[in-house]
Amino acid sequence: MEKLRILLVDDEEDFIDSLVKRLKDRGVDAVGVTSGIKALELLSVQDFDVAILDYRMPGMDGVETHRKMKEKCPHLSIIMLTGQSVSDLGVQGLELPDENYIVKPVSIDNLLKIIHESHLRRRKEL
Amino acid sequence: MAAQRDLADRNIQGESMSSSYPDTWRRKIVAVTLAFSLIPLVGIGVAIHYQYDSAYDKKVIEADAVIVQNRRAAIELFLDKCVDQIRIISETHSLEQLRDQANLNKIFNVIQSKAKHIIDLNVIDEKGTQLCYVGPYYEKLKSVNYADQEWFQAVMASHVYISDVFPGFREIPHMVIAVATSDTNKVWILRATINSDTISSILRQGQLGSKDDVFIVNRENILQTGTRSSGKIMERAHSPDFSSADGTRVEKINFKGEETIFATSEITKPKWIVVLKDNIEEELEPIYVAQRVVFLALGAGALLIAIAILLTTRFLTNELIRMERKKALSDEMAHHSSKMAAIGKLAAGVAHEVNNPLAIIDATAGWMGDVLRKEDTVNNPNLKECEDCVRKIERQVERCRSVVHRLLGFARRMNPTREMTDVNGVLSETIGFLMHEAHQRDISIHTDYDPKLPRITTDPAQLQQVFLNIVNNAIDAIGKKGEINIRTSHSRNELRIEIGDDGPGIPKEILEKIFDPFFTTKDLGSGTGLGLSISHGIISQLGGTISAMSNDGGGAIFCISLPST
Repeated sequence: MEKLRILLVDDEEDFIDSLVKRLKDRGVDAVGVTSGIKALELLSVQDFDVAILDYRMPGMDGVETHRKMKEKCPHLSIIMLTGQSVSDLGVQGLELPDENYIVKPVSIDNLLKIIHESHLRRRKEL
Repeated sequence: MAAQRDLADRNIQGESMSSSYPDTWRRKIVAVTLAFSLIPLVGIGVAIHYQYDSAYDKKVIEADAVIVQNRRAAIELFLDKCVDQIRIISETHSLEQLRDQANLNKIFNVIQSKAKHIIDLNVIDEKGTQLCYVGPYYEKLKSVNYADQEWFQAVMASHVYISDVFPGFREIPHMVIAVATSDTNKVWILRATINSDTISSILRQGQLGSKDDVFIVNRENILQTGTRSSGKIMERAHSPDFSSADGTRVEKINFKGEETIFATSEITKPKWIVVLKDNIEEELEPIYVAQRVVFLALGAGALLIAIAILLTTRFLTNELIRMERKKALSDEMAHHSSKMAAIGKLAAGVAHEVNNPLAIIDATAGWMGDVLRKEDTVNNPNLKECEDCVRKIERQVERCRSVVHRLLGFARRMNPTREMTDVNGVLSETIGFLMHEAHQRDISIHTDYDPKLPRITTDPAQLQQVFLNIVNNAIDAIGKKGEINIRTSHSRNELRIEIGDDGPGIPKEILEKIFDPFFTTKDLGSGTGLGLSISHGIISQLGGTISAMSNDGGGAIFCISLPST
């Protein structure tokens, strides 16, 4: 099975650093960027399977990044990372099934599990 | 920390305002309405009094003027009649006829048969010698000469003379009318003594009050008639001096301390004044009584008005106070609501701020763990030490996560909702918040939850605020070392939650006031502001009741009941 390619988007650099290293250590290809704009630039030149977006970011926030990414790469499965509770987000503009959200802080194993599940689902849909 | 119940923050200004503000308001209204209703009343009363007085006075004065004129006219008529009678006698008889005693007797008898106003008749010559006499004083006047008498000289001068009352030779008060007649070369005088009783009785015709009087005075204020109460005949009248009054005059004078009307009318021949004394105080008695009745009625009316005003104002101010309290309570609850919403927002903000670094710590420590796992930690005690530390860090992160999670849960539910709620769950969550502090203070919390407690449709967030408030109060009341017991139960229609503590309890005087909006035993500024009054308001809104009980020996129990439908 080929390695999954993960794109991490979060404005907290320290967070991305550690998470990328941990994911790579567990057999996943991970790249991290610190803004939605940089993520979109990267998507133009590189291909990814799963993207993990932080909900709240300065500049282009998670919702907008999500929308633009979907436009650019419809096949991409996107997971939202949020510090708020899941049910709150439902009210705030994004209508996505629960499976596409994770609440911070999240354990690395849980994260991997969700990534795989999300990717499988996406593959089925397409 | 003082072991006291946390009661509603006292709006100290509000407290002093709410006792004096309605008072001044009440005083102003009472003063204004009393003034506006009583002043016209009094004004009317006074006006009526004066109108009455002056109208009555006018009437009496008019009446008295008429009376006194009538009396004068009657006297004048009488005197004229007397003069005429005497003149007719004198001019229809010759001196010889008049000198004749038998003739004079006959004339006298004729007069006497008709009226008794002439007492005697004298015939007197031009020298003053009495020529003939008929009457009761024959002996006294047998041989009298009148030449020096004032009246004689007066009648010789003016032919008709009406005298004042004088004692004369008979030494009894009498008045005379004398007519001088001349025939060829003789002059004689026919003189008649007039009965002054007749004059008096003419004066006194008509009703007089017991203190009233009517009499005649001459130009020297000497009485010409007898009086009831104003002096003896031929003496000075006991009244104000009207001897120089002319025409007809009426005056109201305060005579001897009583209001009296004196009416006078002038007789020209002789120069007399008829005086009518009308003591109106006596007549006025019924008027005074009527006035007094009217004033009593006005007074009673004023009293009724005053009472009505006082009662109405008291009722109005009480209503005002009641509405103010209602408004104050609803203001407080709205304020509390918005405060809770703000707290919710704040808590959410804090949670998120904390979540980010927490996630980083977690990720970084995790990575450290990953790296260390690749090393030989068995033979490397330092690395083993690091690994242990990483694990401790991860444990603490987990602890933080649960705190943040709970905080978010609390914050999330700041907006009022209605949903199916497990009250036991809300209680245990609430205790969860306070567990740490209770533990630190050596206070144990015992729970006895009804396992079959039905779920009810209510607002869990607001319920939680109330539970928090009460349990917090219990912790504060106990201070250090004690017990809090929480028990839930249910009956067919309601749920019961009892929160009891073994603190000092609530004194009886305070017990009935603790749910009052403006009541607190804490200093201004301290306390969380989640007053018992707000808890009361919330529970009422949810359709339930809240009450407090306290034992003499200490301890208190708060009972909340909620409808289960």
